Amino acid sequence: MLKSLNIKKLSHSQLAIPLFALFLVIVFNVFRDISFFSIHVITNNYGNTVLSGNLVSIINGASELVLLAIAMTLVTSATKGQDISVGAAAAIAGSVFVRVLRGNEITMPVIFLALATACIVAILFGLFNGALVAFFDIQPMIASLILFTAGRPIAYWINGGATPNVDSPLLSYIGSFIPGIPIPSPILIILVFGILVTLALRFTNLGLYIQSVGINERAARLNGINPVLMKLLAFMILGVCVTIAGAINVCRIGLINHETILIDIEMDAILAVAIGGNALSGGKFKLAGSIIGAYIIQALTITLYAMKVSSTAVKAYKAVVIIAIVVIGSPVVQQHAVQLRNRLFKKPIKLTENN
Amino acid sequence: MPIRKLKNLFSRDIGNKPKEPISSTALLLTITICAFSAMYIFAMIVWGGGFLNPQQFLDIFNNNAYLIVISCGLTIVMIAAGIDISVGGVVALITMTCVIFLEDYSGSIAGSIFLALGIGLTIGLVQGFLVAYLKIQPFIVTLAGMFFAKGLTTIVSSVPRTVTNNTFLEFKQFRVVVPGIGSCGKTGNFIPARIEPGVIIALIIVLAVWVMLKWTRFGRNLYAVGGSDQSALMLGINVKRTQFLSYVICGLFAGIGGYVYLLHTGAGNSANAYQAEIQAIASSIIGGTLLTGGVGSVIGTLFGVMSLKTFSNIVIASGLREPYWQSITTGLMLCFFILLQSVIIAYRKKKGVG
Repeated sequence: MLKSLNIKKLSHSQLAIPLFALFLVIVFNVFRDISFFSIHVITNNYGNTVLSGNLVSIINGASELVLLAIAMTLVTSATKGQDISVGAAAAIAGSVFVRVLRGNEITMPVIFLALATACIVAILFGLFNGALVAFFDIQPMIASLILFTAGRPIAYWINGGATPNVDSPLLSYIGSFIPGIPIPSPILIILVFGILVTLALRFTNLGLYIQSVGINERAARLNGINPVLMKLLAFMILGVCVTIAGAINVCRIGLINHETILIDIEMDAILAVAIGGNALSGGKFKLAGSIIGAYIIQALTITLYAMKVSSTAVKAYKAVVIIAIVVIGSPVVQQHAVQLRNRLFKKPIKLTENN
Repeated sequence: MPIRKLKNLFSRDIGNKPKEPISSTALLLTITICAFSAMYIFAMIVWGGGFLNPQQFLDIFNNNAYLIVISCGLTIVMIAAGIDISVGGVVALITMTCVIFLEDYSGSIAGSIFLALGIGLTIGLVQGFLVAYLKIQPFIVTLAGMFFAKGLTTIVSSVPRTVTNNTFLEFKQFRVVVPGIGSCGKTGNFIPARIEPGVIIALIIVLAVWVMLKWTRFGRNLYAVGGSDQSALMLGINVKRTQFLSYVICGLFAGIGGYVYLLHTGAGNSANAYQAEIQAIASSIIGGTLLTGGVGSVIGTLFGVMSLKTFSNIVIASGLREPYWQSITTGLMLCFFILLQSVIIAYRKKKGVG
């Protein structure tokens, strides 16, 4: 009884931080410029009737980040570390995707074939990281440092050192809009993927097993869970997510540039996990937190763009906001805040409250 | 120190009354030094030419003095089981700020040095406070630090700038002649080998850090905190202050490294020191520092930088000139050393040797 109550309280406070941060970003925009939230219906270049506006571009633009944040959460939970090679792996997956597409006439089956090939390659690279982590007991961040260094050059090598473009209306269906549907397709893909992941976590023991490996590997093994398998599985899921993210990005811009595709996304994905209130030291996780974290980061970026901050300078402002969010969320600061409040109001207040 | 440890190793091999078992730090250091020597001798035999030229050997130092300095800082942080990935961004920020200070505000050399050290120290202080006293994960803090520094660099100036200040240029062109070694030029005259002032700064820092880690209370505290912060706390070590100071020192070294970089290139650019943090981490790992903390040596880090750069020279010498080969081979080398370390540590754990 007491234990279940404790867990409830914990999960409550975990989602409290990201929701509070999202609320702050929204309130800031309400006071800054209320028209930030306006959504228009426009006709795009292809003659489709589509939705447009900052909100749409936030949700649309965060698609890749959401995918990687989901996978990063699982990897973080199982291995107590983060994979910093996701951007490089996305470049490799995207390059394979483009290579297969350019080798054939682009039809729907070819796109699926390209996706499957890229998926296999990305899973193999994921397994390389996973094997270093699971068999050799190397910290994930160090293990993925190898691919982080070598990944983009490998992507460069796959396409023979060029930045090839792929152009087909079929690809623009994936990257931008399907005729007749006013919502950008990446949002729909994320929606479907999100439902699948939620179902998988609800109806299988995957989430439970991964968390138990992260909380206590020995205890998990004694209970019949194979920690090595779970870690490898987390990295394989990461491979799948990386492929979809890479493919969406290629379809979105119609070419692959191995140097700039999803650059710095590993940092954003890790931040999404952290802002989502998940411990970067592994164990319990809440996917919803990471997903909200990803949208917060994208909202922050779009807000800064709307304030005419140059794209290179955005990083500095982002860093300040992130530090502010993490400082507010840090247990030490919360404890001090609660003590201060108790002293002021002479009434004990539970730790679950914000600040 | 390595000589004593090598003697230890030697006596163990012969089998005469094994003394205390060699520590993980010393073992990994020995491996690194052997690997570097083997690699360099191999290169001298196979390719000869440039590798036999003392100047080319010294150029490894000349071109990477800044990397040695920031790697020393990273080694300190990593021994205390932390990580700092902001150093590359800080180096870029410092080069840009110092160039703007020297050019647009006609600042003095001393002023620019203070500016560089001040920026490094400030970032180190803030990061150290957030990590040690507010207990925020170091990766997140220093990641934000990197974003902040890189973003701020482009706010300071979005276009690359070069120093034209005469006093600075004289300082930049100053070379120290190494007595006794050199090479013969095409006309047969003797060209003495030269090193840049930055190299001397870097070597002094390596020496200072080595002394600090070896003989001071703070140095020993770093190993204790990195090994197990719980045990360190029980021993009465001020864990928070030790962690805090490790980040402050790393920030200060990033400041010095930034100035050394500026002395080498004389230009400010937001692309300066690109991926320097990764190279510094890689150098520390190759040099035998474990990211789990508690194990590492700064001499190893020096050899780590040299191994990394010698290996890229070998890659170029063997005809793989495209820049992407360098990254791929760096990755392979990293892979090799990481696996080697993990196997050695696992083996020692099995045998119960500290």
